[in-house]
Amino acid sequence: MTDIRVQTGPQPSPERDVPVERPKLEHDLRAVRTLFDRLLTALCALLSLVAALPLFAVLWLLIERGATNFRLDMLWSLPPSGLDTTGGGFGNAILGTVYMVGIASVLAVPTGILAAIFLAEYGDGTRLAAVIRFAAKVLTGMPSILAGIFAYAMVVLATGHFSALAGGVALAVLMVPIVVLTAEQAIRAVPQKMKDAAVGMGATSAQVVMRVTLPTAMPSVLTGVMLAIARAAGETAPLLFTAQFSNYWLRLDRLEDTASLAVLIYQFSGSPYEHQIEMAWTAALVLVLLVLLFNIAGQVLAARSDHSRH
Amino acid sequence: MSTPSASLAQPPTAGERWMDLGLRRGAQALAVGVLVLLAAIVVEIGAVAAPAVRERGVDFLTSSTWDTNRDEFGILPHIWGTLYSSLLALLIGGTLGLAVAVFISQRFLPRRLELLLKNVVDLLAAIPSVVYGLWGIFFVIPAIRPFTAFLHEHLGFVPLFDERSPGPNMLASSLVLAIMVLPTMTAVSRDAIATVPRKLREAAFGLGATRWECILGVVLPTAATGVFGALVLAFGRALGETMALAMLLGNRNEFNVSLLAPGNTLAALIANTFPEAQDHERGVLMYAAIVLLSITLVVNMLGTAILVRSSRKAAGARP
Amino acid sequence: MTATEPTSAAAVAEDLVIDLKLDKLWYGKFFAVRDTHVPVTRGTVTAFIGPSGCGKSTALRCLNRMNDLVDGFRFDGSVHFQSRDIYHPTIDPVAVRRYIGMVFQQPNPFATTVFKNVAFGLRLNRFRGDYEERVEHALRRAALWDEVKDKLHSSGLALSGGQQQRLCIARAIATEPEVLLMDEPCSALDPIATRRIEELMTELKERYTIVVVTHNLQQAQRVADMTGFMYVDTTQGGRTGYLVEHRPTAELFADPRAEETRQYIRGEFS
Repeated sequence: MTDIRVQTGPQPSPERDVPVERPKLEHDLRAVRTLFDRLLTALCALLSLVAALPLFAVLWLLIERGATNFRLDMLWSLPPSGLDTTGGGFGNAILGTVYMVGIASVLAVPTGILAAIFLAEYGDGTRLAAVIRFAAKVLTGMPSILAGIFAYAMVVLATGHFSALAGGVALAVLMVPIVVLTAEQAIRAVPQKMKDAAVGMGATSAQVVMRVTLPTAMPSVLTGVMLAIARAAGETAPLLFTAQFSNYWLRLDRLEDTASLAVLIYQFSGSPYEHQIEMAWTAALVLVLLVLLFNIAGQVLAARSDHSRH
Repeated sequence: MSTPSASLAQPPTAGERWMDLGLRRGAQALAVGVLVLLAAIVVEIGAVAAPAVRERGVDFLTSSTWDTNRDEFGILPHIWGTLYSSLLALLIGGTLGLAVAVFISQRFLPRRLELLLKNVVDLLAAIPSVVYGLWGIFFVIPAIRPFTAFLHEHLGFVPLFDERSPGPNMLASSLVLAIMVLPTMTAVSRDAIATVPRKLREAAFGLGATRWECILGVVLPTAATGVFGALVLAFGRALGETMALAMLLGNRNEFNVSLLAPGNTLAALIANTFPEAQDHERGVLMYAAIVLLSITLVVNMLGTAILVRSSRKAAGARP
Repeated sequence: MTATEPTSAAAVAEDLVIDLKLDKLWYGKFFAVRDTHVPVTRGTVTAFIGPSGCGKSTALRCLNRMNDLVDGFRFDGSVHFQSRDIYHPTIDPVAVRRYIGMVFQQPNPFATTVFKNVAFGLRLNRFRGDYEERVEHALRRAALWDEVKDKLHSSGLALSGGQQQRLCIARAIATEPEVLLMDEPCSALDPIATRRIEELMTELKERYTIVVVTHNLQQAQRVADMTGFMYVDTTQGGRTGYLVEHRPTAELFADPRAEETRQYIRGEFS
């Protein structure tokens, strides 16, 4: 208490009564630079908000138009024709999507993981690995429609049929680079000291990879696989050239046109019949739920693996 | 090696050595396979396109007619439409994407909100393009209809607004396309911004810079190469995006500068025409495909090379 | 490669488990170690001490060919393990490492359960027998059993630093290797955990031959039978490590022969 009085007490002597310029430390909203700063922050926040809105706009409309018409039997019914005003579903499309994504995964996941092992371990630092990594990055940016045309040229023209197999090949082309790049990151994240421990015990390099590196990296590898599956499940363009569409159930005993959710949505979206348009919305909701499910599963795996490593 | 009885140690068996070699060779072979895949895509599409390329030559690229009955095909309007829609999308999506990247990396928000916003933008990338197309048809096109009518009515003398379609049009397509390239832009430029060394930012703050003086004066210039790479990659995505444009652009094979008119792109042309096309038209579409492949390959390689360079530079700059 | 010394009698050779003879060692163009000859006798603890960068870890890593993993590594000299030259072209480094175990500076358990960590080496060596018994045995000898017997199937990474390091020791000794190499095994640990590991070393030397690198002089005095002091030679422009003297620990500390040793153990430089 007394201290304060002492501080304020001494009167300035007349000689020192010149106003001393004190540094201003308070916020000054009128200063141009402060105003500029606030303005830009507000603008940036606004733009970010605008960027976030479409997700909710899409989801909202999906739920509004898709969920209201949803009936459980849609999951195991065949698509309605233009003349039907009720009933029908997209069971064959779900099955087709699952089947083709399955074929793609069988082709792409082991390939991608092994290639990633090369990039992260055996070929690390070599020019070959750098070139392959570059190719994988270029492939991730390649238009998906070109994967479709590639599979058309490779499989459809060779077998003479549009088929689920061709669709699976097209989707695999899109999945491989995603799996390669994410799995490489995951394998690189395995601490060197763990690998050293295995080497120090006399593990061969294959044993180090198979028993230590891959099991440790597996949750993050699976995150990448989930992302790749989610991407493949939503693809439409490649399937137009490979599997096309079918109103009937998938047959495993021969190569023929195969339905998928994505192509069904595309075809019904341009339909003149209200009932088919409604069906497109419901199918879109199911497809988005499927894709988000894989995305979220991937995120959860990633979070869990982050957790276990610390 | 003499095995002492006490030790359980065993030398590796021949099988283990073969496994070792097998994994090494197998991994290498499949990695090279990724390279082969890229090459095979170019070669295969080139091969199916070759007859049409030989038959039609350069005229195909400079002609504007698409008439199946008269067997006259030209993709100039489609090349124009591809570039036009992609640039518009880049203008909008690039700005928004960069704003989000800055907003979630420069401590504007609490950590949790940053993560939430990042996830929301990432999820935008997860939504299939056919769903964006559906959404565009039933939401975006009707939503901007009054706005386009207003523009056409009052500014119709400007070439950008001189022709209007109440249905599919370039503006709606570009808006949806912008949303689709936004996640790429955000993710890649955020990575570039993250490589800006902390000490540079601290130096700027230490000199009394405000937050935006630091961002505009230090962070973005330092990350410029990476941000440019992000723009190029986002541009590549836009060029090749198919379904949303096939559904929203109206599939009109004519050259047009009006934002409010329908148009077409290379990818949309192929997707819309292929399923119902006859064999000879399919050949022609393969020519369009090899053009699309060439353009996107060049753009993607450029973008990737820029990013490889910038990340190498960033790694070198770090102590 | 140099031949075995003609003076070594058969009886001595029998007890000589490792004979390290590094004449010149490079990492690429970097001349890292020179003139380091250390014979290691069965059932003893040998310590390498010296300032940082003197090449003591490098010397240790030559003993189980861990240096093979470093690009540009090469050396003149030889390393014999039970009178076999382990750098001979016909020798598989992977096999060498199965007989010569290693404990690292940082505890490095695998991201799996305690049990599977210890069983790792057993599986690697195609052990057919009672895994549970072996694992328990190894954990007991690493003085960790009582602390982990209830969480054998939870993650090894959930243990404390000192426990993790003992888990790594258990993992290394589960296969009963001939020699145990320890590269500053206590540098990441607190004093209590350090004491625990030191006690363990003296117990383990009944069974194993131990070579340990340490920057802690008291530790060398407490656990080592023989001590090698390494120092850095900067006279030729580079930083090349070399062995100054290698003698019984008590002698070396009581009566150092070289001036560098005397100054170092008095703490006149580090």
